[in-house]
Amino acid sequence: MTIINDAAVDVEIRKAVLRSKLKERHGVEKSFPRRRKEEPALAELRERQPAFRGLEAGHRACQGCGEALGARLVAEAAGPDVILTNATGCLEIFTSPWPQSAWRVPWIHSLFENSAAIAAGIEAAMKHQGKATKVIAQGGDGGTFDIGFQALSGMLERMHNVLYVCYDNEAYMNTGIQRSGSTPHAASTTTSPAGQERMGKRHLKKDLLSIIASHHIPYAASASVAYPRDLRRKVRRAMEVEGPTFLQVHCPCPLGWGHDGAVTIEVARLAVQTGLFPVVEFERGEVAGVMPLRNPQSVTEYLKRQNRFRHLFSNDPRAREEREHLQALADRNIEKFNLRGEGMDPLDSEGADTVRRGGLVA
Amino acid sequence: MLSALEGSQAVARAVGLCRPGVVAAYPITPQTHIVENISKLVADGQLQCELVSVESEFSAASVALGAAAAGTRAYTASSSQGILLMGEVLYNISGLRVPMVLTCANRALGAPLNIWNDQQDSMAVRDAGWIQLYCADNQEAVDTTIQAFRIAEHTEVPVMVCVDGFVLTHTLEPIDLPTQEQVDRFLPPYRFDRALDSRNPLSLGTCVDPLFFTESRHSQHKALLRSMQEIVAADSDYAGIIGRSCGGVLSVVGPAEAEIAILAMGSVCSTLQEGMQIFSQERVVKLIKLRAYRPFPFLALREVLQGVRELVVLERAVAPGSGGIVGMEVRSLATTMNSPPRIHNYAVGLGGRDVPIEIYPRLIEAVTCATEPVWFEIFDVEVERLPIEDR
Ligand SMILES: Cc1ncc(C[n+]2csc(CCOP(=O)(O)OP(=O)(O)O)c2C)c(N)n1
Ligand code: SF4
Ligand SMILES: [Mg+2]
Repeated sequence: MTIINDAAVDVEIRKAVLRSKLKERHGVEKSFPRRRKEEPALAELRERQPAFRGLEAGHRACQGCGEALGARLVAEAAGPDVILTNATGCLEIFTSPWPQSAWRVPWIHSLFENSAAIAAGIEAAMKHQGKATKVIAQGGDGGTFDIGFQALSGMLERMHNVLYVCYDNEAYMNTGIQRSGSTPHAASTTTSPAGQERMGKRHLKKDLLSIIASHHIPYAASASVAYPRDLRRKVRRAMEVEGPTFLQVHCPCPLGWGHDGAVTIEVARLAVQTGLFPVVEFERGEVAGVMPLRNPQSVTEYLKRQNRFRHLFSNDPRAREEREHLQALADRNIEKFNLRGEGMDPLDSEGADTVRRGGLVA
Repeated sequence: MLSALEGSQAVARAVGLCRPGVVAAYPITPQTHIVENISKLVADGQLQCELVSVESEFSAASVALGAAAAGTRAYTASSSQGILLMGEVLYNISGLRVPMVLTCANRALGAPLNIWNDQQDSMAVRDAGWIQLYCADNQEAVDTTIQAFRIAEHTEVPVMVCVDGFVLTHTLEPIDLPTQEQVDRFLPPYRFDRALDSRNPLSLGTCVDPLFFTESRHSQHKALLRSMQEIVAADSDYAGIIGRSCGGVLSVVGPAEAEIAILAMGSVCSTLQEGMQIFSQERVVKLIKLRAYRPFPFLALREVLQGVRELVVLERAVAPGSGGIVGMEVRSLATTMNSPPRIHNYAVGLGGRDVPIEIYPRLIEAVTCATEPVWFEIFDVEVERLPIEDR
């Protein structure tokens, strides 16, 4: 009953296969031959259009939802030969209001805390059937850091060939912005509200990526929707690995963080550039790469754009203290991962890459 | 050919004959021997399947669900606390209408901690939307396990095979295992029409609002009711190929016209059956072996209750603050009869308390002497061991 079958997707898959064949032959991504000649700029834009869209437009996310963007980029980069699982949460809800579904790839939602275990079962089935289809488990930060953590840890420890993607918007958004183990220190949520006595969340954001990396899995990385090229590269990298891989994708939530939907990318970028959200890669538990910050920003720049930190700009002397505390946490990240670097500053989202509207141009 | 097998080993071999592609389970007494035996089959190359040794029962059920949804026959087993930990997933599996089989090695629920047999665990999930079949002995456990896969796959309703912990799982009995060729004839390869497949993408487990939720529940309820026919059909087809039947949804031992009847589920049926033979001089009694508790076989049961004057409903679980669980449903059924029997509802054998053969004459005596029907009592409680205020 709760099934949506989209025959049109066959066409998409055939196109994607054709594309990859073209790529094999020519060594570079080739577009389909077109009937009439286009303006070069437009043609280039088309060239950059994703070959395959696993998550369609028209779903019910809020405007500027970072999670919707993150999931679209992940599904695009992963391609059609995948099976996706989804923990309960915003992504699951806004993409699957029966009888509609925004997914063009096989997708299953079971519960809040078992996305990793469902994926493990599907992967075991693929093995038994002798299929190479890659399994991708998805969950929000609540479904990953907190309630689904045990199933995730078990899946990683058993070395299932599954890519787990956590869309980290730093609170339980689907149920109305409650704090999670991922909510940053001092952020105000509906269960860690700022008030006369309290300055928002009293505890620290869990360093999940280090815990994940400690499972000695082949590949674990953080990424941000502000850096789509980096994110895509990481998805493709993880897709090639035989074994468990993990991506933590930082996704602003305009509703929960209290910023305009139009500045999602800006906010996401500041989280990275301040050092509050380090973008790093681990291989077998060791740091294998970081996104360098040529010009780190002050955390105040990041905090002041979001209502969840508004109380940190009051006259209360603790407000300044907490701001300094957060700056110290950012500085510590920069130190720990040696983020201050001279390498390429991957400000790729400032180009015309993919963070814009418009679907697949046929 | 008969061979002496421990109940768990027999169940494991039966599962192996059904060629599951994925088995996921977590150890818990008294279920553990089942997964251990399946693991051995895999290790010895007698069963080609992915064995997933999960970190909890919650994941065991989830892994099995993922596998079955992806088009591979899946199996899991558990007991007691493990069944409760699976609870949320069990409802989910049946709601998604994904077929799979689970063996529940029935055990009490804590606190107080107790590893021995009663049926509180499967009763706690009786409304999870699973078919529940109860086994009277280990031969039935083997046959029911094999039938369960076919029932689940034909109805798209998951099946829980309930096997009393220790009493059956840890008891050696002469068992006749069907041959692989027979089982292959009975059980075709697994096919799930809505399987997750990248060549034919579907969305499973979407969010259903009030506009359609009621209809979705209705169709699930109807599917369980309809599964009654499939339970009977699977049993008779099985008998056709393998030469043995388990009695469909229920079976009756003793003269049909008996005015005294005992209704029970699981291994206690075997005890009572033996009691009936030994104490045959007492009274004309029939035993109603309820095999399917979900779906609840209203019509079949009403038919065998015609003409019964005294009915004992014997169960191995309690609804604290209410009384019997099976008893309550049988009572509600009796209200639809023109001349319903007097119903005496007892629980026995909780937390592994031995149910001796002598229970049979004692029960018969109790109900024939009773001036009033017994609403609910724990038959073998020794109240004098309790402080006055708890009696
Ligand atoms: C066992 C269980 N507990 C609680 C819930 C309610 N619930 C549904 S989604 C959700 C929060 C999801 O938060 P997160 O995983 O961060 O995803 P987001 O919505 O933020 O994307 C909660 C608490 C549930 N569905 N199941
Ligand atoms: S509440 Fe936040 S995460 Fe949820 S859809 Fe809206 S913007 Fe996205
Ligand atoms: Mg969240």
